[in-house]
Amino acid sequence: MDPSTLADNAARLANEAAKVAEHAAGLAQEATQLALVQTSGAGDPFVFLFTVFVLACFIGYYVVWSVTPALHSPLMAVTNAISSVIIVGALIAAGPGDWNLSKIFGFIAVILASVNIFGGFIVTQRMLAMYRAKK
Amino acid sequence: MSASLTAFAYLIASVCFIMALRGLSSPRTARMGNIYGISGMVIAILTTIALPSVTSFGAIVVGIAIGGAIGAVIALKIAMTALPQLVAAFHSLVGLAAVLVAGAAFFAPEAYGIGTVGNIHTGSLIEMSIGTAIGAITFTGSIIAFGKLQGLVTGKPLIFKGQHMVNLGLGIALVLVVIWLAATEAPAAFWLVVILSLIIGVTLILPIGGADMPVVVSMLNSYSGWAAAGIGFTLANPALIVVGALVGSSGAILSYIMCRAMNRSFISVILGGFGGETAAPGLEDLGDRTVRQGSAEDAAFIMEQANSVIIIPGYGMAVAQAQHALAEMVSVLEEKGVKVRYAIHPVAGRMPGHMNVLLAEANVPYDDVLELDEINSDFSSTDVAFVIGANDITNPAAKTDKSSPIYGMPVFNLDESGTVLFIKRSLASGYAGIDNPLFYKDNTMMLFDDAKKMCENIVKSLKGSGH
Repeated sequence: MDPSTLADNAARLANEAAKVAEHAAGLAQEATQLALVQTSGAGDPFVFLFTVFVLACFIGYYVVWSVTPALHSPLMAVTNAISSVIIVGALIAAGPGDWNLSKIFGFIAVILASVNIFGGFIVTQRMLAMYRAKK
Repeated sequence: MSASLTAFAYLIASVCFIMALRGLSSPRTARMGNIYGISGMVIAILTTIALPSVTSFGAIVVGIAIGGAIGAVIALKIAMTALPQLVAAFHSLVGLAAVLVAGAAFFAPEAYGIGTVGNIHTGSLIEMSIGTAIGAITFTGSIIAFGKLQGLVTGKPLIFKGQHMVNLGLGIALVLVVIWLAATEAPAAFWLVVILSLIIGVTLILPIGGADMPVVVSMLNSYSGWAAAGIGFTLANPALIVVGALVGSSGAILSYIMCRAMNRSFISVILGGFGGETAAPGLEDLGDRTVRQGSAEDAAFIMEQANSVIIIPGYGMAVAQAQHALAEMVSVLEEKGVKVRYAIHPVAGRMPGHMNVLLAEANVPYDDVLELDEINSDFSSTDVAFVIGANDITNPAAKTDKSSPIYGMPVFNLDESGTVLFIKRSLASGYAGIDNPLFYKDNTMMLFDDAKKMCENIVKSLKGSGH
């Protein structure tokens, strides 16, 4: 092989390599787009949680408007009781074996939330037990 | 438990909480609703305890036992008239729990999967600081509301000079510190968020008068929900987010209903300063206006002659604990063939639905208890309106006097009813500090006495009359 053919071949190869690279870049771009489309149902976890939040606000809006005004006090008591589901966060903090600041916080929060859970549901029950229809 | 199973269990818990609120649409289904709520809570707690990261159960069992015992004893012993302050006190606990959970997540982020110490995700830091701030505001705000309702703090609005500027300054400072926290994750910034929010809770609620407490208690109810939702984002826990949203919107709707019933904007209530009590005018400085005063015997005579009576209870009934004496008076009247119903204004009492609970406690059937809109057109065909412990909600100036501070507030059409019997300790004006023209009308008879004693005397008189 003489040097000029070698140079020619090399140039052709380089040309082809550039084309392949271009093609690869195009494919990569398509793949990213595809990946974005496929995950758009979930997206960022925050977006998913925010969706839950907004939908729950709408449910809350319609459910609460249907509560009869006579039961507004029990409504406050029961919403207070169920908002103590924050105990979920406290349990996770109080769960590990070793005592540290985080576990102490969790322990106190478990106590506070428990006061609310038991107190809230019992006082709601007491209130509701008093409501009676006409004989 | 696998991650999917855990998520599924939290979903069931969320549905239970929705059903708990749904049950309250009628007194018949309400008790079932409460059972749904309890079930949801049990599922949420058991699911969390079953998480692999929860390995030590000692502290959890002890904590639930201590808290549960305290809560149960309080809830079983509390008098129904003390409900508003009980609810306020409970709100403060949710607020403080939110702060503590945020603190726990801040100092041990690994347990919550939001990063490591010094390297918490910025998004999580922002969510955390929002949950912390709202929680801390709920905590101190509810304590002040509790103090006002319990009579430990004066019910008068406490206004200080430049109060709005101070609140605005604190609010701006809080936003800046949250940005600092999100940018650097400095523990000092976390504590500063807590401290600033605790102060804001106090300065926000102190200027609000005792009679605006129904709005405040609903608002704090709402805040405790938003705090829970904020923590729910940090924990990426949908059940917590759902509950937070439900409670948050519930409290917001109740605040809106209360504000509408006073024809005031939410902002004006929150800015406070409304509702200073004013001194009672003596009987001598009434000018040319005269008040017709009656006795228990007069009231008994008028009511037993009537075909129909409407009772209008207010906060004074709760203060005097007069609900049982009132219910007895009504049952004697009903035995004599008088048709008696109760009319409830949305802002009567110190929390939404306060009067309904007290009447239920006195065994009044709920079908006899009607809302303002349901009954207001019936006054024109009613012989006697019996006002017990209410004032501003009966004031006709709200309809006619444009200069009145309560102008535009929906009130009962007492000017259309036959006779108005008005139980009152003295001629003092209501919380809004406004004179009530109803007192001086020809068909109004004032019954000056303690509400409970007056009802008991009317019962005696009704039974003694032998008709």
